[in-house]
Amino acid sequence: MSGAWGLPPLAIDLAAWFPRQDSQIAPESIYTFAVASAVKLLVVFTLYLVGVALLTLAERKVSAWIQDRRGPNRAGPFGLLQPVADGLKNLMKEEVRPANADKWLFIIAPMLAFIPAMLTWAVLPLAAPMPTPWGLISMSVASLPVGYLFMLAISSLGVYGMVLAGWSSNNKYALLGSLRSSAQMISYEIALGLSIIPILLLSGNVSLNAIIEQQDRMGWNVVSLTIAWFIFLIAAFAETNRLPFDLPEAEAELVAGYHTEYSGMKFSMFFIAEYANMATMSGLMAALYFGGWNIPFTTWDTDGPYTVLKSVATLLTFAAKTGVFLFLFMWVRWTLPRFRYDQLMTLGWGIMLPLALAYIMVIAAATLALDAIGISRGVPYSLCLLVLNLAIGAVLLSWGDKGKLLSPASARLGQVELARRRARSAAPSTLAMGAPNARTLAVAAYGDPEPMASVTDARRDADADVNTLVEETV
Amino acid sequence: MTIRVKVLERPIDQVSYVRSTLSGLATTFKHMIDPHKVTMQYPEERWDLSPRWRGTHRMLTTEDGKAKCVACGLCPTVCPANCIKLVPGEDEQGNRYPLIFEIDEFRCIFCGYCQEVCPEEAIHLGRHYENAEFSREAFVYDLERLTAQTHPVSELWDPAFPKGE
Repeated sequence: MSGAWGLPPLAIDLAAWFPRQDSQIAPESIYTFAVASAVKLLVVFTLYLVGVALLTLAERKVSAWIQDRRGPNRAGPFGLLQPVADGLKNLMKEEVRPANADKWLFIIAPMLAFIPAMLTWAVLPLAAPMPTPWGLISMSVASLPVGYLFMLAISSLGVYGMVLAGWSSNNKYALLGSLRSSAQMISYEIALGLSIIPILLLSGNVSLNAIIEQQDRMGWNVVSLTIAWFIFLIAAFAETNRLPFDLPEAEAELVAGYHTEYSGMKFSMFFIAEYANMATMSGLMAALYFGGWNIPFTTWDTDGPYTVLKSVATLLTFAAKTGVFLFLFMWVRWTLPRFRYDQLMTLGWGIMLPLALAYIMVIAAATLALDAIGISRGVPYSLCLLVLNLAIGAVLLSWGDKGKLLSPASARLGQVELARRRARSAAPSTLAMGAPNARTLAVAAYGDPEPMASVTDARRDADADVNTLVEETV
Repeated sequence: MTIRVKVLERPIDQVSYVRSTLSGLATTFKHMIDPHKVTMQYPEERWDLSPRWRGTHRMLTTEDGKAKCVACGLCPTVCPANCIKLVPGEDEQGNRYPLIFEIDEFRCIFCGYCQEVCPEEAIHLGRHYENAEFSREAFVYDLERLTAQTHPVSELWDPAFPKGE
C-alpha cells in the first residue's frame, strides 16, 4: 500500500506528530497543542457568536415579558429564528457613510469595538480539562498564566472603538456619546480593577484557573468578598454601557450616541459587541466570584481523574452561571432609568473608588489577622470573612444608602445662593411661577381677584418645601 | 430670557438606591412571570369592532347585483373632503344610475355624511380596517370595487339608543 500511494512519510509523520499518551497529562507535543487550540478556537468562536445572536433575542423576550408583552414569536418556533432574520436584514441594508466622516476610522471603529469584546473570552476557563487519547486538553482557548491581567488590558481597549466611532462620524451627538463613554469607562475601570484585588489577596495568583481552584477550596468568592462582588457588578454594568449606565447611547438625549451614523452590518457589529461584552463580563463574574465551572456542594468534578462527562457537566455549570448574570443584565436594564452624567461620575469617583480602596484595606487586614490567629484557608476562613462582609454591608445599607442623594441639584449652590433663590421663589411674582398659566395671565391683565390667597399660597408652598430650588437657565 | 423652574424637594429621608432598586427588580420580575400578556396576536386574533366603526366604504346592491345608487348627487354635495366623484347616467326607462362613482379613500375623513345623506341607503361606511395597498392609485375605489366589498357596514348610530338618530 505504501509504495502504491507514495504517502508513507506523511502517514508516519502524522502518527509521530500526535503521539498517544496518558490522557490525564497535558499533551507534550506542540502539534497536538496547536491542533487542539485551533479546534477550541473554532468551537468557542462559533458558539459565542451563536450565543450572542440568541442573546439579542433573549433581551427582546425578557423586555417583552417584563412589559407584559409576548416578544418576537413569528420567525421560527418561539421566535428562535429572529436573530437570523435580523442578521440577514442588516447584511442586506445599505451602508451609509456620512459625507464628512473620516473614512478609515469610520470603517475600523466597529471592528475595534467588536474584537476586544470577543478576545477576552479566550482566557476564560470554560470547563474542567477534557481527557483525550492525545492528552489532557485544557478547556480554555488560551489558558494564560496572566489571564486576569490580560482580561483587564483587553477590556479597556473596547473604549477605542466607541471613541473613534464618535469622532469619525463627524456628528455632535456621536461625539458627545463617545466622550461620555471614554470618561465613563476610564472611571469605572478603576473600580473594576480594584474590586478584583481582594481575590488576588485570597488566591495569591492572577491565573483564572488558580482562582477557580482557590474557590473550590475556600468556597465561592461571593461569600467571602460580597462587597467586592457588588462593586464589580456595578462597574460591569458601567463597563458594558448597559442601563442604568448607558450614557454613551442615551437614546433620549443623543439620538443613538456613538453609533448614531452607523447602519447595516457596521451598526450590527456595535450591537454584537455590546452583547459580547455582556457575555464576557457575566463569564468573568462567574469565574471570579461564583466558582467558574466548579459544581457547588460536590467534589465529584474536581477530585479523581478527569472524564469527558465531568467536562460536559462543568461546561453546563459554567453556562448556567453565566446565563444567570446575563439575565441579571437584562432584568436590570428593563427596570432602572438612566443615571444623570454628574451622578454617574459622583458614583464612580466619589463612592465606588473609595469604597473599593477601603475594602482592599479591610480585606488585607482581615486576612493578616485570620492568618495570625491560625485559621487555615478553607471554608471556616470564608465564613469569618462572610461575617465581616455582612457587617460592612449592614453599615453601608443602613447608613450609606439612606437619605443621601447622588450629586443633588442643590449641592451645586452655596448656602447663600440657595437662600436667595428660595426667597425669590416664595415671592408672588408672575415670573416666579414658571410658564405663565391662565391664572397668572388673568391676574396680570385684570388684577387678582383674591390677592391674599395668592400670596399666602405662594408663601405656604415655599415654607412647605424648604429645599425648593429655582434653577436658572438662559 | 430667564426661565425659572421650580424643583420640588424630594423626601430625602426615604431616599435609598439599593433598596429601591431591589423593590423595582421585584416588581419587574412579578410582571415577567405573570402569564397574562396584553399583546393581541393580530392575524389570529382581532378586535371586535364597534357597530359604529367608520371604515372604508361599501356600496350595497339590489337583488340583481346592481348598485343601489341612483346618482342623485347628494353624497358628493355633502362630502366635506370632496372625495366622491360622481358622473350620473340615465337608461331608456329614465332610471338614473352612476356612470362613474369613485371614492378617494386618502381624501376621505370617514365622517359618515355620505351614508347619512343617502336616500337609497346605497353608500355605506364599513366595519373594516385592513386597507393596505401597493400603490396610491389603488386607494381610489371605483364602483366595481365598492360593490364587491363584503365586509359588514357601519351603523352610524346605536340601535339601542334610537334618540341618537
